[in-house]
Amino acid sequence: MTAHATSPQFKANATRALADPNLQAALLKMRTGFIDRRAAAVDRLPEFDALRDSARDIKNHTLAHLDLYLEEYERNVRAAGGQVHFARDAEEARRIVLDLCRRYDAKTAAKGKSMISEEIGLNQAMEAAGVAPVETDLGEYIIQLRNEPPSHIIAPAVHINPEQVEADFRRVHTHLDPARDLHEPTQLLTEARQVLRRKYFEADIGITGANFLIAETGSSVIVTNEGNGDLSQTLPKAHIVLASIEKLVPTLEDASQILRVLARSATGQEMSVYTTVSTGPRRQSDPDGPGAYHVVLLDNGRSAMLGTQFQDMLRCIRCGACMNHCPVYHAVGGHAYGWVYPGPMGAVLTPSLIGVDKGGQLPNASTFCGRCESVCPMKIPLPKMMRHWREREFERHLTPAAVRYGLGLWSFFARRPALYRLATRAAMGTLSLAGRARGRFRWLPLAGGWTKYRDFPAPQGDTFQARWRKERGGRA
Amino acid sequence: MSAAASSSPAPVRVGLFVTCLVDLIRPSVGFAAVKLLEQAGCEVHVPSQTCCGQPAFNSGDRATARAIAAQVIETFSGFDYVVAPSGSCAGQIRAHYPELFADDPNLSGKANALAAKTYELISFLVDVRGMTTVDAAFDGVATYHDSCSGLRELGVKRQPRRLLASVKGLSLIEMKENETCCGFGGTFAVKYGEISDSIVGKKTENISASGAALLLAGDLGCLMNMAGKLQREGKPVQARHVAEILAGVTDAPAIGEAGERR
Repeated sequence: MTAHATSPQFKANATRALADPNLQAALLKMRTGFIDRRAAAVDRLPEFDALRDSARDIKNHTLAHLDLYLEEYERNVRAAGGQVHFARDAEEARRIVLDLCRRYDAKTAAKGKSMISEEIGLNQAMEAAGVAPVETDLGEYIIQLRNEPPSHIIAPAVHINPEQVEADFRRVHTHLDPARDLHEPTQLLTEARQVLRRKYFEADIGITGANFLIAETGSSVIVTNEGNGDLSQTLPKAHIVLASIEKLVPTLEDASQILRVLARSATGQEMSVYTTVSTGPRRQSDPDGPGAYHVVLLDNGRSAMLGTQFQDMLRCIRCGACMNHCPVYHAVGGHAYGWVYPGPMGAVLTPSLIGVDKGGQLPNASTFCGRCESVCPMKIPLPKMMRHWREREFERHLTPAAVRYGLGLWSFFARRPALYRLATRAAMGTLSLAGRARGRFRWLPLAGGWTKYRDFPAPQGDTFQARWRKERGGRA
Repeated sequence: MSAAASSSPAPVRVGLFVTCLVDLIRPSVGFAAVKLLEQAGCEVHVPSQTCCGQPAFNSGDRATARAIAAQVIETFSGFDYVVAPSGSCAGQIRAHYPELFADDPNLSGKANALAAKTYELISFLVDVRGMTTVDAAFDGVATYHDSCSGLRELGVKRQPRRLLASVKGLSLIEMKENETCCGFGGTFAVKYGEISDSIVGKKTENISASGAALLLAGDLGCLMNMAGKLQREGKPVQARHVAEILAGVTDAPAIGEAGERR
């Protein structure tokens, strides 16, 4: 059991999203910003494409030897005084974290941003167990106040406008002066910092995600722009790292290679503001740091992707470039996808992790424009893998009946050229006559999905093939 | 017009893959393609044909996609080149046929050979035939939409702009986000009509804002989507396939417009 999914209702979610003026305003703002910033960063680095190849190769190598690197990683975490807990699924991961909370007698936990935490539904489980999770990433903090899931993997509150944040802060921060000015985004940021600062000191444990796990040193690496991850993990008694198995890379050198494409692809920064490497708990010579260091290493369906058509998806470094460049994401936002991971990477990953019967809508809701693949720093062939999901659905007869029927009819003629020429010629002749006066149709039988939104041009008359034969005679 | 290879002795035999949309909806694009190919010194052949199989391929029906692809391979393998007035259909043959038959020892070689000699029309004229200018005139301001498959699978970007620059009387103005998908996506436009409508709505906004009176692109599917939306919104922008302008074949009314036809 993982986080609740509304992915099967993707179409209804999308309808709601398209009718939500606040969401549409927020999406309009994000539409060109991410794209322009990434393009500028890539233009400044001539070797960017070669770095993408190198990043892809590093992950491909790691995935091909994942068992060995996992063992090496665990050995080195232990050598540094930490502990690795393997979790087969979300339930096991939650249980491990809750056990650790009990062990350290935790009342509150400071949390850095972690998609794995979302995937396993950790906050709800902690609250039920009497441990208060405090999200310290500004975006995560905002959506926690609103009791919403993130709508983007690196910008969780991208669907919310500043005025909405102001209203939330006034609603929740009742200890502050009601007459205070919160018009500027920086004022919101200052207030959030002020409120959160106290929470770091109160927290008994710190929970963060990981952008990389380093096999040769047993380290975990996080990148943030707010420094909240550092405070979350250094101040409390114990640091728990939540990570999935594909975060592994062999060496620090490998991680630094991939870091060169990560922030550029995500936000257009050369590097994130903070890159933090954690190796084990505080040593005697360290001025600060947690007393204990635990890594919860989640599988949750990923090892089953190894050796399949979907293995390449495990290269994903969660930069968000695919959704930042996706016309469908720009239209409906992240929540419509109905589970943890939205956009093109979510359209491939979600069916892998929760099943194609639940996530099958997502890989279908793509125009296959290919822009996601063209910007992916790990060169993941996202459209190709979405097509593979469509193939699985077709094989399992999960494709909607209307689509199957239409396709069957089309392919019947497409496979019989002589019959096709005869039938299309008759059909186009009729349509052309019917549409002659206006040149187009506002409504066509069996084409309501098209003509509900746009006109359909009347065919010119005879088909090209018929006219060619008439005009050029026999030349085939 | 300057077709470098037009003086070579043996004629270059081109099989025109006209595409089902051009065949059925807008044959004038096919005739414009023929005219341009002949100007580039090619001998154009139109064997009996249907579809490239992309709708089946993208719907997950691999068996049908392979059956149709095998038919295309059989029909077109005898030509020096295969040319389509569409980046999407040419991309299907060039980028995806090899993948469809990768595990088929009988057809894999033929699929690869066909893929290697298949081109989108405008990039064929410029990149293969060395065309640098056209002998055409059209008075007006146009904007060009980069269709996704042509742009990202085949690298069609500067070729149409290069040839359009030589059309007398025509000026080209770039719209914002010209590399962003128009929301057509084949069956996507119907299966997810509401989302497709939102995407094409943003596109027509950018088209209008450019101030151009004429919308050009290299794929009829995208053009039908954008023209249909422009017309539904009552925006006075006409849409044509870029080949029509380059060939000077503009006697047929623009896409979805009424008027005298042949």
